[in-house]
Amino acid sequence: MHLDSNTKDALLNQLKQIVAANYLLTSKEDLTPYECDGLSAYQRLPVAVVLPDTIEQVQKIVQACSQLKVPIVARGAGTGLSGGALPHEGGIILGLSRFNKILSIDTNNLTSVVQPGVRNLAITEAARPHGLYYAPDPSSQIACSIGGNVAENAGGVHCLKYGLTVQNIQQIKIVTIDGTLLTLGSETFDTPGYDLLALMTGSEGMLGIIVEIVVKLLPKPHAVKVLMASFDKVEDAGNAVADIIAEGIIPAGLEMMDKPAIHAAEAFAKANYPLDAAAILLCELDGDEDQLEEQVIVVEKTLKHAKASKIVIATSAEDQAKLWAGRKSAFPAVGRLSPDYYCMDGTIPRKQIAYVLQKISELSEHYDLRVANVFHAGDGNLHPLILYDANIEGELKTAERFGADILELCVKVGGSITGEHGVGHEKIDQMCVQFSPAELTQFFAVKSAFDPDSLLNPGKAIPTLHRCAELGAMHVHNGELPHPEIPRF
Amino acid sequence: MQIKDNDISARLQQQVKSAINNKKPLCIQGGKSKLFFGNRFDAELLDLSEHTGIISYEPTELCITVRAGTKLSELEALLSENNQILPFEPPHYLFKDKDGNIHDTATIGGAIATGISGPRRAYTGSARDAILGVEIINGDGEIVSFGGQVMKNVAGYDLSRLMVRSQGTLGILLSVSIKLLPKPANDLTLSFDATQDQALAVFQALRVQQLPITASVWYDNTISLRLSASEAILKTSHTRLNNFLNEKFPTLSSAKQNTDQMSFWQEIRDHTHPFFTQTDKPIWRLSVPPATQSISQTDDALAQKDDNIEPNQLIEWGGAQRWIRSRTPANIIHNLAQSHGGYASFFYNKGADDETFPALAPELFKIHQQLKRKMDPQGIFNPNKMYQGL
Repeated sequence: MHLDSNTKDALLNQLKQIVAANYLLTSKEDLTPYECDGLSAYQRLPVAVVLPDTIEQVQKIVQACSQLKVPIVARGAGTGLSGGALPHEGGIILGLSRFNKILSIDTNNLTSVVQPGVRNLAITEAARPHGLYYAPDPSSQIACSIGGNVAENAGGVHCLKYGLTVQNIQQIKIVTIDGTLLTLGSETFDTPGYDLLALMTGSEGMLGIIVEIVVKLLPKPHAVKVLMASFDKVEDAGNAVADIIAEGIIPAGLEMMDKPAIHAAEAFAKANYPLDAAAILLCELDGDEDQLEEQVIVVEKTLKHAKASKIVIATSAEDQAKLWAGRKSAFPAVGRLSPDYYCMDGTIPRKQIAYVLQKISELSEHYDLRVANVFHAGDGNLHPLILYDANIEGELKTAERFGADILELCVKVGGSITGEHGVGHEKIDQMCVQFSPAELTQFFAVKSAFDPDSLLNPGKAIPTLHRCAELGAMHVHNGELPHPEIPRF
Repeated sequence: MQIKDNDISARLQQQVKSAINNKKPLCIQGGKSKLFFGNRFDAELLDLSEHTGIISYEPTELCITVRAGTKLSELEALLSENNQILPFEPPHYLFKDKDGNIHDTATIGGAIATGISGPRRAYTGSARDAILGVEIINGDGEIVSFGGQVMKNVAGYDLSRLMVRSQGTLGILLSVSIKLLPKPANDLTLSFDATQDQALAVFQALRVQQLPITASVWYDNTISLRLSASEAILKTSHTRLNNFLNEKFPTLSSAKQNTDQMSFWQEIRDHTHPFFTQTDKPIWRLSVPPATQSISQTDDALAQKDDNIEPNQLIEWGGAQRWIRSRTPANIIHNLAQSHGGYASFFYNKGADDETFPALAPELFKIHQQLKRKMDPQGIFNPNKMYQGL
């Protein structure tokens, strides 16, 4: 997998012609900060890190790599949680952090043209004076960059009402593996031809390099209300989620935390969470003030009916921020309970929440590892945090097995192995559980249409049939193995 | 609402496999309501209209999984019983048989494959925004599924969204999972007079007002807005709208309730409105950035004499979708749309050789061809329907 020294010399010589010396990193000290992304359990050193700041430079870099058959791993802020930006030992990291400009804000069409290295939150900050904002808000929004958001189809706490990244962008420019600059999508509501904008969103840097994005902006809601409901039983909290939706209400955010998560968050953020509750729901409603008042009444009534033991309605921005502070600090709060934690990201149909939580607690006993659960309950996206200690031999492996079991459970109840973090390096084996060989073959067909030599982020997101067969996790549909002509070991 | 549960996927798969073996192209057809959309081509018929039924539907999951041949009219009736709607309000259009009889046969498969969205599009999203998953017969004749029934799902490439608007050229849709929305309690349609310039300015200003608007049309110097909410909210919204107009557009008269609203929005959605039916002129759809200025008045190409006699433009989606009746040559219309940052498609009253869609940039078309070859290696799915050579 390593690059032979002739190719390496040829590559570095070419890259030197493209970017200034200080933007081509090759020494071990310079490369080490790039050895992993937010999933720090895996590390690799790339051959080089290249930091261009013009589209033309990106085109030239891609062309050079393409000619020499050198793998390219694109990287934004490196906050991803699935190892999507984990380097390839024989390839380069194409860092897009210097593409950090907001190029324009169009207050008539409610869009903004941004470079891929712009931070998610910076877009909202720039739009705020115009009464506008960018809706997707992954928890890392202070640091994560929009190019990575597109590559992973990032979510956040407001997806049920406002959608993921794919519903909030209109156009991107990409550099293909042969160095061609393509515009996908447009500034209109639809575009002729295939929806390559959607295909590219969430493709984890495997089909092209994103170099410019047109995001949609929304008018800031006139008013926001947050309700917190406590429940004595996890099951009741799960049912309350379905009941709210059955009332015809789409909350802006609907979050759930279980007892361990409540205790951790309360100790950390002093949000006045009820420590005796088995679960809490945080329900954020937004919109026009009149509509909001109507909705608060309905939600409160629904929560009472769903056996909420206590309901708190936060109307002031200060009280709302306090309630959210607990939820938003849940990850670092859990981090204080244990030397390490492993954050999972499955999605399930909402009706399965109580069942899946019960199963997770059984698995917790089985593996003898504690777990705290925080959920984007409105859209069925769960983030179990598995607590472990990497210094105890074998415990990381146990945590990973525990995590894999949870993801397989998600698939079994009709969900998905990843709601918003992406497959990357981390969940590649679970892809064999979610998809049949014929489906994986279809993914490879799409990949080869864009990147026939498999140079863009190779080895990520889509497992080979060989890998799935070795794992013994081959998904067999109706007892038939598609493509019996393909050898399996 | 009883929808016939009829799974013919095995039969369809057999027909696809034999088409692959014989390299004989297929023409994929559901309710025949959108036959006019796209180019004509010769191929054996693959009829999905009998592949009907609900595979799963639990209202509180805000998702339905339905076989592609299910009629939109039946699907919408079922959802309505459960106080839910399809967010993108798909146009049915109507199928006219050779005796001139009209049939409401449009299917959900056709709505997704063509990706055409209706009046609500500008406010609650498009067909591609609402799709959660698909089951298809692929170019190898295999039945495969992508996406799923949950809102958030980023495992693998997003092939379900790729199927929307691909006009059946990448695979056969067997079933689709779609995100649903609660059905608003009431609708209220408000109308007031405005010139095209005034209308575009009003639409522009309304984009940042938070009124519960779910559809907008400007036609024949009248703006019509549909608001959807509870009775009480509609009442206050009506007052708010008039206050807003008074303050920002004092020369305009106030908005009045339009009583035959149901049929009006259905006519707009299904193109049974006189604008679409009472003409033999070519009808174009221009998709432009919503804030694009008035097109007919700024561009001589369209300012034909009869523009003063009969209204030749109908604007929807707060300015983003503009229907134009014009005999102006196709290349001029395409250039005009492009000069405004949009594109034009040729909808009605086409000549036999006129293409529906505008040409793609050569490097973009190349990627389309590569993708088509990989997903449909024998070229059997609706060849040339979208573009010649695809």
